[in-house]
Amino acid sequence: MKSTQTRNNFKRGLAAVAATFGLLTGAAVAQEPIKIGSFLSVTGGAAFLGDPEQKTLELYVEKINAGGGVLGRKLQLVAYDSAGDAEKARTFVKRLIEQDKVDVLVGGSTTGETMAVVPLVEAAQIPFISLAGAVVIIEPVKKWVFKTPHTDRMACEKVFIDMQSRKLAKVALISGAGGFDKSMRAECLKVAAKHGIEVIADETYGGGDTDMTAQLTKIKNTAGVQAVLNPGFGQGPAIVTKNYRQIGITVPLYQSHGVASKEFIKLAGTAAESVRLPAAALLVADDLPTSDPQRSVVVAYKKEYESRFKSEVSTFGGHAYDGLMLAVEAMKKAGSTDKAKVRDALEGIRGYMGTAGVVNLSASDHMGLDLTAFRMLEVKGGNWTLVK
Amino acid sequence: MQYLLTGLTVGAIYALVALGFSIIFNASHVINFAQGEFVMIGGMATVSLVAAGLPYLLAVPLAVAAAALVGLALEKFAVEPARGASVVTLIIITIGASIFLRGLAMLIWDKNLHALRPFTGDAPIAVAGATILPQSLWVLGVTLAIVLVLSWFFGRTLLGKAMLATSHNRLAAQLVGINVRMVLFVSFGLSAALGAIAGILIAPITTTSYDVGVMLGLKGFAAAILGGLGSGVGAVIGGLALGIAESMSAGYLSSAYKDAIAFVIILAVLFFMPSGLFGQRGGERV
Amino acid sequence: MLALAAAIAVLPLALSNNYFYDIAVLVGLNAIVCVGLNLLIGFAGQISLGHAGFFGLGAYGSAILASRYGWPPLAAMFTTTLAVAALAYVVGRPILRLKGHYLAMATLGLGVIIYMVITTEDKLTGGPDGISVVPFRIGGFVLQDERVWYWVVGALLLLAVWLALNLIESPMGRALRALHSSEVGAEVVGINAADHKVMVFVISAVFASLAGSLAAHYSGFVTPGKVTFLHSIELVTMVVFGGMASTFGAVAGAAVLTTLPQLLTVFKDYEMMVFGAVMMGTMIFMPRGVVPSLERLFQRRRQSASAASEREDA
Repeated sequence: MKSTQTRNNFKRGLAAVAATFGLLTGAAVAQEPIKIGSFLSVTGGAAFLGDPEQKTLELYVEKINAGGGVLGRKLQLVAYDSAGDAEKARTFVKRLIEQDKVDVLVGGSTTGETMAVVPLVEAAQIPFISLAGAVVIIEPVKKWVFKTPHTDRMACEKVFIDMQSRKLAKVALISGAGGFDKSMRAECLKVAAKHGIEVIADETYGGGDTDMTAQLTKIKNTAGVQAVLNPGFGQGPAIVTKNYRQIGITVPLYQSHGVASKEFIKLAGTAAESVRLPAAALLVADDLPTSDPQRSVVVAYKKEYESRFKSEVSTFGGHAYDGLMLAVEAMKKAGSTDKAKVRDALEGIRGYMGTAGVVNLSASDHMGLDLTAFRMLEVKGGNWTLVK
Repeated sequence: MQYLLTGLTVGAIYALVALGFSIIFNASHVINFAQGEFVMIGGMATVSLVAAGLPYLLAVPLAVAAAALVGLALEKFAVEPARGASVVTLIIITIGASIFLRGLAMLIWDKNLHALRPFTGDAPIAVAGATILPQSLWVLGVTLAIVLVLSWFFGRTLLGKAMLATSHNRLAAQLVGINVRMVLFVSFGLSAALGAIAGILIAPITTTSYDVGVMLGLKGFAAAILGGLGSGVGAVIGGLALGIAESMSAGYLSSAYKDAIAFVIILAVLFFMPSGLFGQRGGERV
Repeated sequence: MLALAAAIAVLPLALSNNYFYDIAVLVGLNAIVCVGLNLLIGFAGQISLGHAGFFGLGAYGSAILASRYGWPPLAAMFTTTLAVAALAYVVGRPILRLKGHYLAMATLGLGVIIYMVITTEDKLTGGPDGISVVPFRIGGFVLQDERVWYWVVGALLLLAVWLALNLIESPMGRALRALHSSEVGAEVVGINAADHKVMVFVISAVFASLAGSLAAHYSGFVTPGKVTFLHSIELVTMVVFGGMASTFGAVAGAAVLTTLPQLLTVFKDYEMMVFGAVMMGTMIFMPRGVVPSLERLFQRRRQSASAASEREDA
C-alpha cells in the first residue's frame, strides 16, 4: 500500500515537475521578443527621410508593446543608421541577419541602399519591406522584397494627368543629381508621351548647389514652355522654387512627392504659393471629408506623431508606419514569425488602409498602391490644400 | 548677365570662407578642415536665436561670437597640444574636429533644413536684364566691407602686423618678441568669425542645415588654393573667380558638370602656376 | 610579416558568423589600398586626397565590363587595372610637380572630377544608385561565400605587404626615401625625382584599383558612395593613424578605422561625435600614428629593462 502510494506520489511529483518545466520553457519561448530589423538614413543627405522613419518605428513599436505585443510576444526594434550609404546598408543588413537574427526587415530609406541589400535578403530568405521610392525595387518582382511608398513613375503619371487637365503640354524638367531625382526624371521621360506631354527642356543641378538661377534662366529662355516639373528632394527644390519666383517665371511649377512635407513650405517661403505636387493624403489629413475612407488612419497617425515629437508629420514617417503595420498584420495572419509564412501572408493582404492609401498586395504586385493613393495638392496661404 | 550676378554672390561666400583658410594657414601652415563647420555654426546658431525671439541685430553678433568661441576652443584644445606634429597629422586633427562638430550640431539642433528670413525682404531687383535678390546685395556689400576692414587691420594695427610677420617667418617673429601662440589663437577666432558671417549671409538664400559646412568648406579650400594659399587678396579673387566660373559653366556649358568644370579650371591653373594665382613662389631650402 | 600571416590564419577562430567575416574582408580590402597609399604618403612624402577615385575607377571598370558587357571578371579586372595605371601615369606627371597643399588640392580635384563623371554618366554607370555586379568567376569556379573571400583577400593582402616591403628595401625604395627627406638633395645625387614620384603614384593607384575591382565583385554592386572626397580622407586617415612609413601601420590603421564605426553603433546619436573625438584624441596623443608609437613604447621598455639589468650586473 505504502509503496504504491509512494509510487503514485512520485509519479504525480514527476508530472508536476514536467508540467512546470514545460510551462517555463513555453513561457520562455513566448517571452522571446519578435525582432524587427531596420536600417535607415538617419544622418547624411537623406536624413529627412530616415529621421521621421526611425521616430515612427520607435513610437509604434512602443505602442504595440503597450497594447500587448503581437502573438503574445513583445516587439523589439533593432535599428542601425546607414547614413544613405549603400555599403553601410549592406554591412548592417548582414549584421541584422547573422548577428542580431531578426525576423523581418523594415527599412532602406533610399533606393540605392535598398537595391544593394536585395541579394542578401533573397539569399537569406527573410521578408523585407523597403521604404524607398524607385519603381525598380518591385519591378521585376523579387520574392522577398516589398515596398510601401508610391513609385516615382506613379508620381510622374499623377503630375502629367493633372497637367493634361489644365491643357499644359510642353514641359521643362529640372532635376538634381541624387538617385531619387535621376530615377524619377528617367521615369517621367518614359511616360510623358503616353499622357500627351512633350519635354522640351531638361536641366540638372548638383547635390550641394545653392543657386539654380542659371539653369532656370535657360528654361525661361526656351520658347513655348507651359509648365515646369522639378523631380528632386532635399534643399534643391526649395532653392529652385525661390529662384523660380526671383527670376519671374510665371508658368505653373510642379514639385515631386520628394518634398511632400511642411518643411518645404517653410524653406521656400512665399515662393511656394501655387506650387502643386502629388502626395499622400497624410499632409491634408484634417481637410479630408469625413466620408473619405483614409481619414481615420491618417488623422490618428498625425495626432500621435505630432503630440509625441512636437514636429510636423511627414509622408516618409507614414511609409515607415505602413511598413511596420503591414509586417505586423502579416505575422498575425500567418500566426507565426516563420519567415516563409510571413512572406506568403504579406502577399495575401488585401484592402489594408495605410497612410499612403489602400494596399492590395499580391504575388505580382509587391507594392499594392494605385493612382488613387496619390492626391494632388497645392500650396495656398502657406499650407497644403487638396486640389478638387 | 544673370550668370555673372549669381556667380558674384556665390563667389563672395567662397571668398569669405577662403579668407578664413588663408588666415589660419598664414599663422600655422595648417589647413583647417573644420572651417566649413564655422560657416554652419553661424547659420544654425542664428536660426535658433531668431526662433527664440531675438531680433536680428542681437542674434547675428551673438552667433558670430559663438562661432568665434568654438574656433578659439578648437585651437586651445585640439591644435595647441599637437603643436610639434607633422602637417598631415594636424590636418587629420582638424578633420576629426569637423566630424566632431557636425555630430555635436546634429544633437544640439536637428537634421532638418532651416530657412532664415532675408535681411531686407524677398523682392528681386532688376539689374540690366537680370534679377538679383536684396540678400545678394548684402552678401556683396558685407564681403567688401570685411575685406576693407581686414586690410586696415593687417596693415595698420599692431596685432594685425604681428600676424602678418608670423606668416612670413615664424622664428623671426618670435625673435622680435611677437607672441606666436597668441597670434595662432587669434587667427582661429578670426577665421571662425569670418566663416560664421559667411554662413549667416548665405542662409536666407540657400537654407542651412547641420551638414552645410562640408561642401562650402571644400569649395572655400579650393578657392584659397586657386588664389594662392596665404594670400588674402588671392583668397578673395579666388573665391569670386570660382563662383563666376561655376555659374558660367552652368549657364553656357553643362549644368550637370559645372562642379567638375570648376575643378578642371583649378587643376589647369595649378599646372601653369603651381602656387596659385597670387601665392608666394616657394623656394626650397636644401 | 610572419606575425601578420599568423594573425590572418588564426582570426577565423574569433569570427563566429558571416557578419564578422564581412567586416574582416572589408578590412582586408581597405588595407590593400592603404599599403599602396602608404608608399606614396609615408615613404615618398607626397599626399593624395583623391585615392578613392582610383578605387572607384577600379570598381566601376570591373563592374561595367563584367556586368554590362559580359567580360570574364579576370579579364575585366586586368584591363581596368591597366587603364587606371595609364591614367595615373598621364595625370601623375603634371600633378606631381606640385607640392604640399597644392598637390593635395590637385589630387582632391582629380578625385572629385572622377566622382562627378561617374555620377553623371548614369546610362553607363547607373548614376547615384549604382549598378549590380556579377560575382567573381574564374572558369567554372564562382567566388561567392564570405569565408572563401576572407582567405582570398587575406592571401592578397599578404602579397601586397610583401611587395611593399620588398619595394622599400630595393634601390627604388631607397631613392624614394631620399626624395622624402630632400627632393633637391636627391636630384643632386642623380635620382630622377619626377620619374620616381610618378612610379610610386602609379603603383599606389594600381593597388587601389585592384582593391576596388575586388570590392565590386564581393559586394555584388557598386555605388558612387565609395568614390567620394570623404572616403579619400578616410583612407589617408587610416594611413596616418596607423603610422606613416610603416606598412604594418597601414594595415593596423585600416583595421581599426573600418571596425570602429561598427563598434560605435552603441553610441547611437553620439556616434559621429565620438568618432571625431577618437580621431582627434589619437592624433594629439600619438602623433606618429599607432604602430610607431607602440614600437617606441616597447623599445623604451626594453631599453630601460636592459639598462636595469646592466646596473644589476655592475
